[in-house]
Amino acid sequence: MSASAPARRYLIKGASILGGESHDLLLADGLIAAIGSAAGDGADSGTETLDAFGLVALPGLVDLHTHLREPGREDAETVASGSAAAAVGGFTAVHAMANTDPVADTAGVVEQVWHLGRRAGLCDVYPVGAVTVGLGGSELAELGAMAESAARVRIFSDDGKCVSDAVLMRRALEYVKAFDGVVAQHAQEPRLTEGAQMNEGTVSGVLGLRGWPAVAEESIIARDVLLAGHVGSRLHVCHVSTAGSVEILRWAKGKGIDVTAEVTPHHLFLTDELVRSYDPRYKVNPPLRTQDDVDALRRGLADGTIDAVATDHAPHSLEDKDCEWAAAAMGMVGLETAVGVVASAMVETGLLDWAEVADRMSVRPAQIGRLKGQGRPIAAGEPANLVLIDSATRYTVDPTTMLSRSRNTPYAGAELAARPVATFLRGRLTAREGEVEA
Amino acid sequence: MTRHLLSAADLSFGDATLILDTADELARLSDRPVKKLPTLRGRTVVNLFFEDSTRTRISFEAAAKRLSADVINFSAKGSSVSKGESLKDTALTLEAMGADAVVIRHGASGAPHTLAHSGWIGGSIVNAGDGTHEHPTQALLDAFTMRKHLTTLEGRKVVVVGDVLHSRVARSNVLLLATLGADVTLVAPPTLLPVGIDSWPCAYSYDLDSSLAGADAVMMLRVQQERMNAAFFPSVREYSRRYGLDGDRMARLPDHSIVMHPGPMNRGLEITAEVADSERAVIVEQVTNGVSVRMAVLYLLLGGSDSALSGAE
Amino acid sequence: MARSDSAAEDREVLDAEDVQRALTRIAHEVLERNKGAQSVVLLGIPTRGVPLAERLAERISEVEGSQVPFGSLDITMFRDDLRLRPARGLGRTELPAGGIDDAVVVLVDDVLFSGRSIRAALDALGELGRPRSVQLAVLVDRGHRQFPIRADYVGKNLPTSTRETVRVLVAEVDGQDAVLIGGSEPRSIETDGETSS
Repeated sequence: MSASAPARRYLIKGASILGGESHDLLLADGLIAAIGSAAGDGADSGTETLDAFGLVALPGLVDLHTHLREPGREDAETVASGSAAAAVGGFTAVHAMANTDPVADTAGVVEQVWHLGRRAGLCDVYPVGAVTVGLGGSELAELGAMAESAARVRIFSDDGKCVSDAVLMRRALEYVKAFDGVVAQHAQEPRLTEGAQMNEGTVSGVLGLRGWPAVAEESIIARDVLLAGHVGSRLHVCHVSTAGSVEILRWAKGKGIDVTAEVTPHHLFLTDELVRSYDPRYKVNPPLRTQDDVDALRRGLADGTIDAVATDHAPHSLEDKDCEWAAAAMGMVGLETAVGVVASAMVETGLLDWAEVADRMSVRPAQIGRLKGQGRPIAAGEPANLVLIDSATRYTVDPTTMLSRSRNTPYAGAELAARPVATFLRGRLTAREGEVEA
Repeated sequence: MTRHLLSAADLSFGDATLILDTADELARLSDRPVKKLPTLRGRTVVNLFFEDSTRTRISFEAAAKRLSADVINFSAKGSSVSKGESLKDTALTLEAMGADAVVIRHGASGAPHTLAHSGWIGGSIVNAGDGTHEHPTQALLDAFTMRKHLTTLEGRKVVVVGDVLHSRVARSNVLLLATLGADVTLVAPPTLLPVGIDSWPCAYSYDLDSSLAGADAVMMLRVQQERMNAAFFPSVREYSRRYGLDGDRMARLPDHSIVMHPGPMNRGLEITAEVADSERAVIVEQVTNGVSVRMAVLYLLLGGSDSALSGAE
Repeated sequence: MARSDSAAEDREVLDAEDVQRALTRIAHEVLERNKGAQSVVLLGIPTRGVPLAERLAERISEVEGSQVPFGSLDITMFRDDLRLRPARGLGRTELPAGGIDDAVVVLVDDVLFSGRSIRAALDALGELGRPRSVQLAVLVDRGHRQFPIRADYVGKNLPTSTRETVRVLVAEVDGQDAVLIGGSEPRSIETDGETSS
């Protein structure tokens, strides 16, 4: 096979489609050209064949919540390195959060991020626009300008901070209706969580670390779903982390309120007991909670109360984590381990099958982001955004092989139940076996 | 075998008793003409104090010197914004200087734990107070003081009063006294008791007067006035009225009861001058005992080839 | 370093009566040598040296009709093998009320072996005051000195091989008085427990 020009066509043989029946797939001209016996017919000398027997094929994953750190903290991550991490993790689209430096609160900054994503070309980067100027929480940012920019922003979030002013949140919810936008709230009542270091509970009491009570998240979600219902807006809730939040969402959806929610892989898997080591790898916002919360979040994701898994990929440089707990930054990288953690937490436990994983990690996130061409069914004529996943071999996480610029993962040395082995962005192979394709 | 003293929970009943018995012997040193023992000669003990505390630092310094150790005082008052480089780089410097033990006081809970497990330092880490987490040698000297006056701690009723939520002294005392078989009751307004206290090995109450009945020892914790501004209690007056130890309350204690305070005291807030200066108050004695207890800890950690502490089961 | 596991292997070389007689003889020797008990202070080295010192003091007092001060001198902190194993718990050091300045201090220990314990005792003593002179009384001298130390008063000379163990039992600690020789497993007198001096 020629080493220089990448193959334009791929014949993927024997992949289990959404974990179901196995079929061949022919990818050509950016589309799924054929499925099944017809696929082989379309292969020519320029077609690369991939043996996908035993692999699960899902639509390319869509992350609603990623921090790419550029502009401002390129030491921790850039759009390019983050895109590489995303591709290796099986993602064909990511939403880049706005808490960069400068903040993405203008058309200019979101377009910059969008261009950087296109230039890296490894996944579609959709910049998220800030709700308020500078994330200050007091003045609406130019949401319309960002929506109309080349970046076509549809998700707006002050993530990192909460839009805590009730009036401002109401206005934002109303305003974005004009362009089918959605406000994604980072639910954290600021006064109840001043100086908070970890979940407030038995462990925080023993460790002498200031607690972040669940009610600080739940009270904001409760307020926001009621506001959204009142003004007739969509609402999206970022990184739901408590059992109480799941109950509130279930109630709200039952009432017909148009709210969607996401959960991170780590909140499906890890608890605050890990903080007893005072190891800052476990420091994250919202914090790791109790086993009861983990169980409730898993059930919520399984029954669809929680719509999506979103990584909240938060790279931090070594200096920001190699220190005592109080001085450490909050956050974990997650793009490269998301599939493995979800497989271990949800598929291996029988709570989700692969088709449902596709729904939570691709279909619904694409709907929430209003992305055409992502989260599509695996069918002939659809854009060839795919990920092939090996769910038969367990693998051990080795941070030194990660493509993200940062290594702050809580899973170093852990064994996970699945890993992505090939990712296609509109028919082009972007990553294979943990490496990006040139 | 445990090389570090990070938390009172690190100590088994045997360890705690060994430390107290050793301190007992070492206390007699002060009666001798030569108040020094050669045991830690050639060992280097570093006092790494990121928070101001002349009293504790001097206590550790005296303890180390009486055992003939070399003492290096490193006062690194980091600002609240200072990053972890200070801790890591400081630690690497101390390691390069050959510290056999590092006594650390730091504003961040868990900093001694980080030091002990980071691989930056090879010596023993002794926690001299980390944030609101623990202060194990304080609990040891408190237990030593109580044992001297009460003969044994088994079954004794100890009442600890004050800002438990923010108190490392309270946490260490609850753990150590439970290990030694005492019955501890924590008394505080509900705002100053942590969530999850039901799982602690002690009782708790919001009422001071009923809790003092039958108490063998009462330990008053320092309450900071700044807590008032964060709405933990409405006023100094209300706090001292409901939770302060004054002469009337002291008079209702059994005759043999002692009154303790880790210091520094807020005279008039949690404890009145009358009580602080009374015969029941063993506060000054606590300070003296601090040196003996810290000598015992340093000796048991550094005096032999290995630590003599086995660690909690 | 396992001990021989049956006490039956231990041979009794001194029984309870032998021990009593030895102590009585030593008491008389102390009086004879020092021409009375004036200025004599007995200091036992923990653990077993302490009850032996107390008994010697009793006997001397019986003969002289006046109380001879006695106490204990813990040597743990002055041992030269401290750093060879984890730190040990301390024994009690208790000087009699009059102290030891200008006194004739008689150190009392159960077994004299390498002499290191006595060297440590001399160091410890030096920190507590300035005796006029120091003498040493031991119940058993088993030879194999590694230091230039000798006993002034010996209950029994017991030539031994270093492979043998000598155990002194003292009623106040062990429930009976006896001196036993046991086992022939190799045993370094460096790391002997407190039974070696």
